[in-house]
Amino acid sequence: MDKFIFLIPLFPLIGFIFNGLLGKKLGKGVVSFVGCLTVGFSFLTALFIWKDLLALPPEERLFTQVIWDWISVGGVHVPLEFMIDPLSMVMILVVTGVGFLIHVYSTGYMYHDESYWRYFAYLNMFVFFMSMLVLGGNYLVMFVGWEGVGLASYLLIGFWYQGDENADAGKKAFVVNRIGDFGFVLGLFLMFLTFGSLSYLEVFPKALEMYESGALALNSGVMVAMCLLLFVGATGKSAQIPLYVWLPDAMAGPTPVSALIHAATMVTAGVYMVARTNILYTLAPTALLVVGIIAALTAFFAATMGILQYDIKKVLAYSTVSQLGYMFIGVGVTAYWAGIFHLMTHAFFKACLFLCSGSVIHAMSNDQDMRHMGGLAKKMPITYATMLIATIAIAGIPPFAGFFSKDEILWKAFTFPYYPVMGKIIWTLGTIGAGVTAFYMFRLIFMTFHGEFRGTEEQAKHLHESPVSMTLPLVILAFLSFTGGWLGIPHLIGHKLGHVPNILETWLEPVFEHSAKIVAHVAPTPHYPEPLEWSLMALSVAVAVIGICTAYYIYMKRGADLPEKMAKEYAPLYQLIHNKYYVDEVYDFMIVKPIYYFSVALWKIVDAFIIDGIGVNGPGWLVKRCSAGVRLIHNGYVQTCGAFMVLGLVAIACFYLYG
Amino acid sequence: MAPIEYYITLSCILFGLGAIGFLTRRNAIILFMSIELMLNSINLMLTAFSHFKADMAGQVMVLFIFAVAAAEVAVGLAILICLFKHIKSVDITKFNLLRW
Repeated sequence: MDKFIFLIPLFPLIGFIFNGLLGKKLGKGVVSFVGCLTVGFSFLTALFIWKDLLALPPEERLFTQVIWDWISVGGVHVPLEFMIDPLSMVMILVVTGVGFLIHVYSTGYMYHDESYWRYFAYLNMFVFFMSMLVLGGNYLVMFVGWEGVGLASYLLIGFWYQGDENADAGKKAFVVNRIGDFGFVLGLFLMFLTFGSLSYLEVFPKALEMYESGALALNSGVMVAMCLLLFVGATGKSAQIPLYVWLPDAMAGPTPVSALIHAATMVTAGVYMVARTNILYTLAPTALLVVGIIAALTAFFAATMGILQYDIKKVLAYSTVSQLGYMFIGVGVTAYWAGIFHLMTHAFFKACLFLCSGSVIHAMSNDQDMRHMGGLAKKMPITYATMLIATIAIAGIPPFAGFFSKDEILWKAFTFPYYPVMGKIIWTLGTIGAGVTAFYMFRLIFMTFHGEFRGTEEQAKHLHESPVSMTLPLVILAFLSFTGGWLGIPHLIGHKLGHVPNILETWLEPVFEHSAKIVAHVAPTPHYPEPLEWSLMALSVAVAVIGICTAYYIYMKRGADLPEKMAKEYAPLYQLIHNKYYVDEVYDFMIVKPIYYFSVALWKIVDAFIIDGIGVNGPGWLVKRCSAGVRLIHNGYVQTCGAFMVLGLVAIACFYLYG
Repeated sequence: MAPIEYYITLSCILFGLGAIGFLTRRNAIILFMSIELMLNSINLMLTAFSHFKADMAGQVMVLFIFAVAAAEVAVGLAILICLFKHIKSVDITKFNLLRW
């Protein structure tokens, strides 16, 4: 089956070209069928490859395929190659599986849109590029996918481009992504310079060899620089501080786009990249520390930004930024499998949350303001049930999915081998953030589904449950949000339940074993007593419950007056958080405006005045002025002509005599 | 024979007179005559050199100049007659349309 890896990106590519060229004429039925089927086929192919991968013993689980000798010049050889190992297997199943569900959902959600065909073309294009990213066998193929999903993101965020804010949001996403990509490319250059290749199967063995032979020291400047540069790309793509600002604005796009691209797949590309590059990161502990700190700060601050947003999608957007922070905490403390685990569970519950919110928005006649909602539970039971399940999952209540992944990350942060003290600090931020997460998510539930309906009469009439095409994916994703965590039951609990293995950790072990060995050698983890692990686990659950109860108290018990009273009482703090700490405004003032004015100066002065005025029009003007003067010689008199003739003759004679 | 300097001097004086006439006279026909004077002064000089150098080339060139001068005068007078038909005058200050 390894001969068929190329089919996984090929199917959506065909879908993109087909829907793009012929979609408009062929009508919605064909477009939906082709659009969903291609991703469905990709998922099936991925399942078949998984079956084959399972048949092999763990150390040999690797399929590669070279399609084409892409770049071959001088000492640079970069083929178009694919590689599937346990890590990319997990990723591609998530991408194509959740992608397929979202395609099906979109057939319902986007049904009344006139650019239906364009939507599905772009969505297929996105799956194509995302699969290239995940299946790539070298960093350049990954980068092709990386850029491509940025493009798809831009096109889909600005899908309703007729609206200015939508186009601006798409532009913002692409530009901020690009800034990150600049760092990423510099990292690639450094990598090629150091290792002479960009291929996974060449770089990682070479790095290990250089480390073991002593040629490459632990924490060498080159490795730290390389890993940090790659991480800059990840901050752009996966919305970490400082490049997260595009993601909340990206909510201008259709809700299934937010679910697929900005919750489940594209934004996780950064986490995947760091997990893939785990060996290099393990060899550069400083880079890991930076990753961990930035991630913890992002997780915490983004969570706080979510508590005062009134747009249902904005809450979920900040939640995504925060949860991505958790994933990066996971990979930042060398618990790479935990980061990937959270990536997977997050894909399930966040996609479910976004799709449910789309269902709600649909019912509310495209109103996204939670202050107009309320009491929707009775009108939309399936949406309510699935959203509640996903919310409990994200809050981290066992036995739902979020608990297992988040808890694993927090425990691993607490026991960070390289920097134990920083690990505790990261753990603190993460735990408080988990409480805040539970708070704002349940605030969302209470404001949307409970209490009295606060919208208009018109909206009340339209409230209805969504069609099956939309509710079926919700049910499937809710089920996965409930059960997905059981793939990664930690040993602590697994032993108590009778030797239940940690399936995901074992599956991903071959990918991360080298890193684990290096960490064990350099900074062996001290033995933490079991009760400590149990109590930390209980603490994180308690924090989540406190968050839920606080939300219940504020939004349910005391009625509508308490939130408003609190807003007035703590007005400066309220304003600060409600305006997202004014980060966008600061960026605008410090970066965007100077660049804008600099561009205007370049335009008005350099382009219009210097180049056009002096360079292009200048010689023309000069010729005109000079000739205006010189033509006065022609005064019409014959004698003048004669005089010049004589003068010329004299000049020649002089030249001849004295020259 | 007189020394060659006399012939050269005479030729130069004639050429100068012709040039001055060419530059200062107003009547177009006098202009033509001045041009002829200049040409003939050159003829004189060429013949003198031919005699003193005992080389026939000078006198051959003189014959060329005769022919050219004659042709030139013919064409020039033809143009002048055409011009006269329009402007009714041979005063060169009246020929001033070819100006800026």
